[in-house]
Formats: sequence, structure tokens, C-alpha cells
Amino acid sequence: MGNVDDDGATFQQSYVKCSNGTVKTSTPISNGHIPNQHLSKSWRDVQQPQQQKEPQDDHEEELQQLLLNKQLKFSAPAYTEIRTRSGGLNFKGVSESSYHPAKQAEANGYVSQTGSSCDKFKPSRADGVLSAEQEHYQKTSFEDVPLYTACLTYLGFYLLMILGYINQLLFVPKVATEKGREGYVALYDAFESFYSRYVYRRVRDCWNRPICSVPGDELVLKDRVTDDYGWSFRFTGTETRCLNLGSYNYLGFAAATGPCADDSENRARQKGLAYCSPRSELGNTQLHIDLERLTARYCGVEDAIVFGMGFATNALNLPSLLGPDCLVVSDEKNHASIILGLRLSGATTRVFKHNSMRDLERVLRNGICYGNPKKGGKPWDKIMILVEGIFSMEGSIVRLPEIIALKKKYKAYLYLDEAHSIGSMGPTGRGVVEYFGADPKDVDILMGTFTKSFGSAGGYIAGSKKLIDFLRTNSHAHCYAGSISPPIVQQIYTSMSIIMGEDNTDTGRQKVQQLARNTRYFRRRLAQMGVITYGHEDSPVVPMLVYLFSKIGAVIRTLTTRHIAVVGAGFPATPIMEGRIRFCLSAAHTKEQLDYALDVIDDVSENLGLKYSRKPRDPHPIEY
Amino acid sequence: MMGIQLFNELGSIFRNTPTYALVLETLLLITVIALLLHKRGGRGLSKEQQESLIEQYEPEPLVADTDPDHPLLRTRLVESRVGKRIVVNGHNCLNLGSHNYLGLLEDDEILEEACKCLRKYGVGSCGPRGFYGTMDVHLELEDRLAKFMGLEEAIVYSYGFSTVASAIPAYAKRGDIIFVDEAVNFAIQKGLDASRSTIVFFKHNDVQDLERSLQQQEKRDQQNPKKAQKTRRFLVVEGIYMNTGKLCPLPELVELRKKYKLRLFLDETISFGTLGQTGRGITEHFNVNRDEIDLISASMEGSMATIGGFCVGSHFIAEHQRLSGLGYIFSASLPPMLTQAAISALDRFEREPQIFSQLQERSRQVHTQFKLFTKLKLGGDELSPVKHLYLAEDRESFEVESKLLSQVSDKCIERGVAVVEAAYLRNREHKPIRPSLRIVVNRLLTDNDIRETFDIIEAVSIAEL
Repeated sequence: MGNVDDDGATFQQSYVKCSNGTVKTSTPISNGHIPNQHLSKSWRDVQQPQQQKEPQDDHEEELQQLLLNKQLKFSAPAYTEIRTRSGGLNFKGVSESSYHPAKQAEANGYVSQTGSSCDKFKPSRADGVLSAEQEHYQKTSFEDVPLYTACLTYLGFYLLMILGYINQLLFVPKVATEKGREGYVALYDAFESFYSRYVYRRVRDCWNRPICSVPGDELVLKDRVTDDYGWSFRFTGTETRCLNLGSYNYLGFAAATGPCADDSENRARQKGLAYCSPRSELGNTQLHIDLERLTARYCGVEDAIVFGMGFATNALNLPSLLGPDCLVVSDEKNHASIILGLRLSGATTRVFKHNSMRDLERVLRNGICYGNPKKGGKPWDKIMILVEGIFSMEGSIVRLPEIIALKKKYKAYLYLDEAHSIGSMGPTGRGVVEYFGADPKDVDILMGTFTKSFGSAGGYIAGSKKLIDFLRTNSHAHCYAGSISPPIVQQIYTSMSIIMGEDNTDTGRQKVQQLARNTRYFRRRLAQMGVITYGHEDSPVVPMLVYLFSKIGAVIRTLTTRHIAVVGAGFPATPIMEGRIRFCLSAAHTKEQLDYALDVIDDVSENLGLKYSRKPRDPHPIEY
Repeated sequence: MMGIQLFNELGSIFRNTPTYALVLETLLLITVIALLLHKRGGRGLSKEQQESLIEQYEPEPLVADTDPDHPLLRTRLVESRVGKRIVVNGHNCLNLGSHNYLGLLEDDEILEEACKCLRKYGVGSCGPRGFYGTMDVHLELEDRLAKFMGLEEAIVYSYGFSTVASAIPAYAKRGDIIFVDEAVNFAIQKGLDASRSTIVFFKHNDVQDLERSLQQQEKRDQQNPKKAQKTRRFLVVEGIYMNTGKLCPLPELVELRKKYKLRLFLDETISFGTLGQTGRGITEHFNVNRDEIDLISASMEGSMATIGGFCVGSHFIAEHQRLSGLGYIFSASLPPMLTQAAISALDRFEREPQIFSQLQERSRQVHTQFKLFTKLKLGGDELSPVKHLYLAEDRESFEVESKLLSQVSDKCIERGVAVVEAAYLRNREHKPIRPSLRIVVNRLLTDNDIRETFDIIEAVSIAEL
């Protein structure tokens, strides 16, 4: 159903393969308690569709029954107190039309993307309370942790630490000692190495899992076991096929067959695998130039420049744009590459609360009014607001219209990192700028990566010709780092043309819509289940809060035994209290796959007690 | 009951305290409160003042205007697959500009295997190493690299530039001291910036100068032994310097490392796969035990002719980057087909170790021949595949030299020899670097090629300079 990817084996096919003989389900690593009967039962559920002709209805009936039961349980609503993290906001200057989610586009197809939206967006102070902005609020959820869970989380964490310290006192394995450097100052900070050895090691098997297939809608895990409590792993030689909810394959362009792979292979045969030279010496080709032009057109701006690594795009270009006399106002949840870039630039960085426009305005005001304190209050050379389109750990979407209004009011510049949102947001996949119907020219610097939606590698910066010319002459990556490999460029070029519809098919649009649909469906079903998810309803990054450090491990391990691959994040990537599981949706997923995943997640969260939410739940079945 | 008791207690405390103490304490309390309130109130700018300041604020333009004639704006266009020959701006040239030392870029076997890998894994890896971006090819490459170098652990990065730039700040932090050769490449300089440590530069390849600054540091340590116990000391050098083409005096550096308890980081971007009988780099060339070096990093964009980079070292050291090498954790992993290309390149290294001596022979030949230019001066070591051609006589400024050299380069390309001026961001380098034509030796060059190249460059340089 609706699977537009050429390589995408449909749900039935793939899981039949798994159930016939190759059921290597129980990975020995898991120590989460999995009721075995449950496992086999759910397998029967999965296999049902391919045995019967009309399994869909059965399934839905079952679901409704389930929901009815749930509703009964919740006849006395438990939603007496629901708080959102940041308070309400009365920002004036955003018109209703600037908040338009992707749903309209499904009805009337191609939405004009540039230019015309300019007149729609006029900051007018006359507006009263803004319903559109509140709509954004409603769709964005940051439910607070229940007090009881918060206490448990801290307790659990400190317990882990204490056990770790005891462990460290008693058993220090050989790997943790350095050879041949006696009398040297210790290389690592004591806490850092303690944490990675005695706390993180307990769940080490949940990360860096090797796979041996395309990271498409499904992936094949290489099974590994540990004989020494996580210090080292060995491969068992078996493989587990899993539904992939972990890769950033938003539009499903990660594929070993199909037009992208074909073009890339041809290009590699024609031009080789690398240039062994930076763009500035002997690494500049027509293909790079074409890609830059296409990217500029895609983003609706004058010019663009491309680089070989997304991380480096931030880290190596921010220093050319900013200097020590600049003020950067940066969202607290910004990605590490941005933080590194800021550190390298030497600019003064002030952080504002995640997505809080009021706090952003406060920081901007203070910045302008009090100037640079190191230079006795001299005004800043430049003030730059730095935000991401979709925040990768929070799943929230930037409040672009308000930020653009603020930026204009305070004459700041705006740097928008669309690493996750480019391709995955907006009716035609042009990112959050299109999603909000904003004018791309209002964003001074548009940055994005090719790793995610385009299924390739690298990054770009798009903007005015003046900006890009400056970068060509000042960017570290352009001058010193290797030029992008030809097959990698080709993959980006082909996938971008497909998204833009320049291959004369509507595959690209279908993919974008499929993703939007999957996202809505998946998020709503999760909310209905009663687990706490963060972020905006339209963001394909779905963090599900599990809070406790050990539950991250338990969920990942349990889901693996049920053939679902997900990603977990805990301290230090998130605050101690906010351990989470992150699902990344893809256009390659079919409804059946999502249903399977949701059923399993429901089951697992029931068993592990993840249904923390105190919000009212939608009693009706969610439509796809 | 309890309440009354407490009240009485408090009353007695008050009664027993002398009046002056009470007065003083009250004053103190008032000051504290006043200070607290004052802080919170800010530096009293009224709303109107703030508005007018905001009204008046005029920022500088986002970027400065760019000179339309800037050399970096008119880059050359490569129109062919890169190998020993290359088509630049429509001219079919002999390639002395791409860092394809061993000529593996035109190896069809490697290409074939990479394409096979593409058909198994797709192009991108769609995730960082931690989040399902680790494919078995990555593990195989790390395993093979570690074995090849005879060390415990290797870790693969997805971009050559980010390798050393991420490795250094993974270990060196604020308060540490890093001793660095002043000619290190730009990636290392960025790594140093990111570490926020104290940086001590020593003169290029000057061991005496390094020892002098180490002794100074020792004196400082004696004055403040407590701090010295917490200060980690690093020494960062390159095997062959990208910016000068010279080899580092590794044995002497290792001696100093032992004497002053430094941790030695070695960037082998050029020397890996070019020096030594079997291509294991400068350690093999000087016959230095690799355990003496704490961390070796290299880019795979040179002799291995693909994209990316790696670090090798003991398990204790290299493993640390898997949790703190920023470019490793936060970046998508290297596309599998390029990883496969690196594995295939290693296969070639092991199967045909003679390619290294062939390359070294070529480097020597080029060195002897290129020393003879009348208007240009050769820089770099005779064994190094990267050499620099400087103007024989100094001109008034680096800009003038740079302009002359790019004229020479353009004319050379027109006459069928691709040599390019080394590109630098002059205002961002730690120290201005003298402009040069960077010559890259390819293993596949023949005697005839070298002679012809020499004649062309000689003729062009005499005409232009």
C-alpha cells in the first residue's frame, strides 16, 4: 500500500522470509523481560495478513475493541493537570497565514513556493490573539514528566552510578589501563571515563549496531553477543531482519536499486570515486556546479555551495561568517556541529530556551541594549539567530514566522539549519521555509545536509549570491577539504530532481506526501496509546519519552527481539531525566509496517510501563 | 508546644545579642537584598531608551563584498576522470596536482568492488555510526587498518578534514598544553582551536626550538607543581607536511616525548601509504615502534584515493573517540561504497607492496629533475610525493608571488601539465604561508613524463617570470 520505493519489499514478503525458518528472533543480549507467549502471538498477528484475503477488517475490529477497552479504563479522566513546558506567548507580528501545515497541499497539489508568499507575511502589530500561533502550540507537545517518574529516574540514575563506583573499586579490566605511559598525566577526565566504562557500558549494545543491508524501510542487523558484560562483542554469524525506525531515510532514497543507484553507478564508472583534491585546486567539476545550481533552485534562492560532509558544513563555515565582535543567539537544543562552529568562530554565544520566542526576544533586546560587555558596551557588529528546522532530539519544529518577525525587528541575521527538515517538510519537500509559506529570502543563510532526505552525504549552504561568493573565497571546507565524490554528487542530483518532479513523474511528491501521512498517523496513534512524545505533529522525528536510563536499554532490546530497530538517547545527549527512544519515519514505510510497529510498541510500553501521559486520549480509531 | 519553645529560643537569642551586632547585621541584610534586587533590575534602561537603541542599531552587512577577481572564484574545471592524465579547462594534461600518489584512482578493480558495494548498501548510510550507520564494511575497514598498522584499534571518519580536527579536541581540553610545529596544515589548526588548550608553536622541524619551549614549560611547572600534575601535554606533528613537503624528525621527537612525558599525535595524511617499504608510513621509514606514538591519524583522500579519514592507536586511546570525537559521533558515516574502496586499496597495499618503492623512486627522480629550474626553487624532501615550487627570487609581497604563480600554472595547463598553486585562506592561517606550486608525484609517471614536464614548466616559468 502506497509504498513508492522501488526497492521496498512489501511488508508481507519481507516478514514471510523471516518467519520461514530464519527466526533468529531472540538475540541473547536482551535482558528485558519479554513474555514469550506475547511474542508468538504477535507473530501470528503479523502473519495473518498474508494468509487471509481480508485481514484488514479483522485487524481494525480488533483495534477498535482494544480502544473500547481502553476507554473504559479511562472513564474517569486523569487529565486534571497538564502543563506544557513554556508558558503562553503573546507575540504580535505574525499573521495567521504564516502557519500553514502541509495538509492543504494534499488537496491542491503544487503550491507556489517562492516570492508570492512575501505579501502574505507582513508583521502587523494590530493583530490580537493569534489562533494560528496557538495552533502551532497545540501541535507541539512537551508534556511534563510526572513527579513520581522524575524521582524514580534520578534514583535509578544514582543507583547506576553507585553500582558503577563499586564496580570500579572491585574490578578494573585490562582494557581500562594504559600501557607504556607511566608517570604521565592521566589522559581522561575521571568522571568521563568512569561514566563511559561503568554506566554507558551496561547499555552499550544498544548503539553502534552493525547492519549489513541498505538502511531502507527495513534493515538487517548483524547479531552480536558479549561475553564480558559489554566490554567487547563477538559476532554470532546470524542476522536479524528488522523494521527500520532508526535511520534518517525520510524520503526513502536509501536504496540499492532504482534510478538514484543506477545514476550513481554510471557516474562512478564514468568519473571515478574521488578527485583527491579540494574544490579550489583540481576538484571542481561541472557536476558540482550543476548541483549547486539545482540546490539554489530547490531552495528558491540565488546561489548555493556544496560540501562533502554535513557536520563540516556547520563547523567549517560558521567561523568564516562570524567573528569575535558578533553575537550569536542560539537555541539551547542546537546540534553539536553548530556549537563547534560557534566555538571555532570565537563569537559570543547566548543561548535561549528551546523554541521560546519570548526568551529569544529577551536575549536579542539585551544584546542590542547592552552591547558587547568585553568592549565596554560597544554595539555588536552583527547579531545572528541560529536555529534548526527540525530539532533532531526534540522532534519540534522551529517557529519560523515569529523568528523572521523578530529578526526583522531587531535587525539580526538568521541562520537556519535544515539538516532534518529539508526534503521532509513542506508540501513539495522544500523544508520548513515552505512549510510555513515563508519567503526563503527572509532567511539569510539556509543550510542543510544531503545525508538524510537525499540518501547521500554532504551539506550545502544556500543564500544570496553575495553570501555564496564570500563563502567560496572564505570557507574552510571549500578551500582545504576534499571535493565530493562523483557517485555521491550524482545521488544527490538525481534524488533532488525526483523530489522537484524534474524527472517528469510525481514520485517525489508522492514520497513527500507519504511521509507526511505516515508522520501524522504514527504520532496520533502513539498519543492515543498514552506514551509521551515530544515535538510537533508534522515532524517525522518522533521522540518517545521513557525517562529511566535503564528503560532505554530495555526498550531497544525488546523491540529488537520483535524485529524493530530504533534509536535511544540518554544522558549526556539529553538531560538526565529525559531518556528517550527516537523513531524516524520514512516515506518507505507502509501502513502495515507502521501498524505492526505500533502494536508492538503498545505491547512493550504496557509491559515496561511507558504510558506516562495524562492527556486525554482520542477514543476513535485514527485514520491513515 | 514546640512553636512556643522555638519562639522563646529565638527571643533569647535576640535579647542576648549586643545592639551593635544587631544593627550591623540588619545593615548587612539590607545590603544583600539591595544587591540582589539591583542585579535583577538590570542597568536601568527605560523602555523608551531601549526602543530608541533598537531603532538606532545598525548592524554590519552579513558578509563583506567579494572581489570578483578573487583567485578562489575562478576555479578550474575538471572534465575527465582523474588519473595520471586529467582534462582541465579543456586541456588534456599530465596530472601533477591531484593527491593520487599511488595512482589508485584509475584502478578499475577498486571501482568494480565499490560499485558492487553500492548495489548492496545503496549510496548513503543515512545515519551516524551510533544509529544504524555502522555497516559491516566500516567494521571490516577498521579491523583491516588496525591490523595493517599493527595497532589495536582504528576508527574511521567520514571526511578527511574532520579526522584530525576532531581527534585533537577529543583529548586536549582547556588548561592543557599542546606543542605544535608552526607549519601544520589547516585541519590541525582547527583542531587546536576547538580544543581551547594553550598552544605553543615551535619553529618548523626545529627540535632545538621545541626543546627550548619544553624546558621553559618545565620551569613553569616547578613553580606550580600542583597545576602541572593536572596539565596534559601533547605534541602534534605531521609525518610529511602538506604545507612544506618536509618529513618530520620523528626519532628525535619520540626522544623528547619520553623525556618530557608528552603525548605524541602524528598526522600521516601524506606519509601513510607513501613512506616505508610496505607503506606503513613515517614510523616504518624511521623504524620507530608504533607504540611510541599515541595516536596516528590520516586522511584516506590521498594514497587510498577515496574519501574520509581514520585514526589508529591503542584500544585505550582510539576507543575514546567513539564517544568524544565530534566528527565521528555527530556525522553520518562514510558512504559504504567509499569504505569498500578503502578496503580494496588496502588489499592492493598488501598484495603489491612494490608500489611504495616505485612511488619513492619516482619522488626521488622528480626531486633531482625539479631541482634544476632556473626561475623556481624546489622545497620539500626528496622522498616526499608532495613538493613545493617557490619563486627563486623573493618578490615584494605574497600577493604578487601568488599572482605570478597562478599565471605560470595557467600557462602550464594550456601546454599540457596540470600543476596548481596551493590554495590557502591567507587571512585565516596561523602564519602567512609563502605561495607555491604544489607538485604531487604520481607513481605512474615515466621518465619521459618527468622530463617533458620539466621542460614545459621551465619554458613557461622563464617566459612568465
